[in-house]
Amino acid sequence: MPNDTNPAGIVRPLVEVDRLAKVYKPGTPPVFEDVSFTIDRGEFICIIGHSGCGKSTILNVLAGLEKASKGNVIMDNLEMTGPGLDRGVVFQSHALMPWMTVEQNIAFAIRSRHPEWSRRRIADHGARFIDLVGLTAAAKKKPSELSGGMKQRVGIARAFAIEPKMLLLDEPFGALDALTRGNIQDELLKICAETEQTVFMITHDVDEAILLADRIFLMSNGPHARIAEMVVNTMPKDRKRETMHHDPRFYAIRNHLVDFLVHRSKTFQAMTATASGQPHVPVIVRPGLEEEESAPAPERGHPPLHIVA
Amino acid sequence: MSDKLALKGAALSFAFLVLILLAWYGATAPSTPPGTAAASSASAEYDALMGKGAAADPDAIKGFPTPMQFAEVAARNLAAPFYDNGPNDKGIGIQLAYSLGRVGLGYLLAMMVAIPLGFAIGMSPLLYRALDPFIQLLRPISPLAWMPIALYTIKDSTVSSIFVIFICSVWPMLVNTAFGVAGVRKDWLNVALTLEVSPLRKAFLVILPAAAPAIITGMRISMGIAWLVIIAAEMLIGGTGIGYFLWNEWNNLSIANVLFAVATIGVVGMILDRAFGLILKKVTYAE
Repeated sequence: MPNDTNPAGIVRPLVEVDRLAKVYKPGTPPVFEDVSFTIDRGEFICIIGHSGCGKSTILNVLAGLEKASKGNVIMDNLEMTGPGLDRGVVFQSHALMPWMTVEQNIAFAIRSRHPEWSRRRIADHGARFIDLVGLTAAAKKKPSELSGGMKQRVGIARAFAIEPKMLLLDEPFGALDALTRGNIQDELLKICAETEQTVFMITHDVDEAILLADRIFLMSNGPHARIAEMVVNTMPKDRKRETMHHDPRFYAIRNHLVDFLVHRSKTFQAMTATASGQPHVPVIVRPGLEEEESAPAPERGHPPLHIVA
Repeated sequence: MSDKLALKGAALSFAFLVLILLAWYGATAPSTPPGTAAASSASAEYDALMGKGAAADPDAIKGFPTPMQFAEVAARNLAAPFYDNGPNDKGIGIQLAYSLGRVGLGYLLAMMVAIPLGFAIGMSPLLYRALDPFIQLLRPISPLAWMPIALYTIKDSTVSSIFVIFICSVWPMLVNTAFGVAGVRKDWLNVALTLEVSPLRKAFLVILPAAAPAIITGMRISMGIAWLVIIAAEMLIGGTGIGYFLWNEWNNLSIANVLFAVATIGVVGMILDRAFGLILKKVTYAE
């Protein structure tokens, strides 16, 4: 895992989120509070939680589209103040411009990133990413002529084409059928491995999280939602959708995640509601290892991601 | 299936047309058989003196024309559309050109004001709130009510009529543009935000195409109203234009020419509307 070393010699993660909180109406309890985490370069993070826990808000804050009520986000040693080209966003509703073809949608993003590039260079660069998501044959089509899965692929290609430092995906496959979803997940995994892309993704799908994520953040229920646990994916990085369910660790992780969503997300909320105001440290869990260890998260960074069992 | 429906529709339209023409003919056909008109030359001469004789001017049509007489008048008008025999006798083409010129000028001015202003109102809730009372108050005023004020201040009848076209075209364009711009999907604006698109690029490449169907619809409504209003305005100001032509022919008691003018107004209005319909089809996008 490549890490940046600043002049002081301290290894810093790509993104540092510090005690984020969001209050929508003054006087009402915060949707979430005390949300702190870090993301390393090349790391794939999935965040899971019930509706209303503020996952989308956290993603929007990372994208710069919403302002947090408290806390701050530092990316690449700079405080994040608004939206920008260093983050690529894949929207839940794909958000393609319906009057532009696939090519034009992607060229629009590339021209925003590289205004000085020639038409030819933009077209070539775009074609590469259209090919990456397997849509070369549909490049001249309008979004209305594409299926839901294809539209979402265009959205992914558009986000990748600007080569952002971090990719933000807001439940991108929620509206797709299982077969299409599986195919795009494989593609996403492949592209991320090739480009060493840092990804932050919201999902409701436990299996999707296990397949894609290096770490899975589990959020308790809102209001007063927090990141209750950070689950480290203990399966090897080269896991495949077809074979991963043969790995015993798969079930250990899966059961842990489902148990959390069914039971602990509620009890955790009740537990912390009384202790509100005190700094909260999420528990780090590594399901599937010989002995389940749970240690409090260190101040900065986190232990190595993959411990071979 | 839809081809068949179109064919049936066309056939039925044609049947209605025939029915209307027959009814028209039935209502206007001469009640006296042709032989009696030339009964005696003396009474014909007397009739002519009294202004009743058909023989006085073989071209003149008395009363409501029959379909055949109308067709004759229409053919005569269309055969020489651009003749100019002085202020009261110009070809239909020249009159139409005057009317279309006034509509075009007033409409263009309205576009130049309404579309940028509508953009601003659509993007700024503050500006919307500030200007909404004025728009609500001014919009329902009949454009012709402005005519005396325009005539008094501008002191030129042609410019006044252009102003009246301007004032009636401005509202639908303004309101529709503001509505279209305010309704641009948040997702698309968010895409522009995350891509750090410059305001000008955002306006032309995101908001304009997204709001284009609403803007063109507003322009289409404006054009329809402008074409309605120019006829009345030209009846008032006189001199030139299809509206003036119509009123002049009424003063000449030439109902055939009045009918011809009415038909021309209808055809031109339809062509204008169709043109905007085509543009609308071009800019409409499927989501």
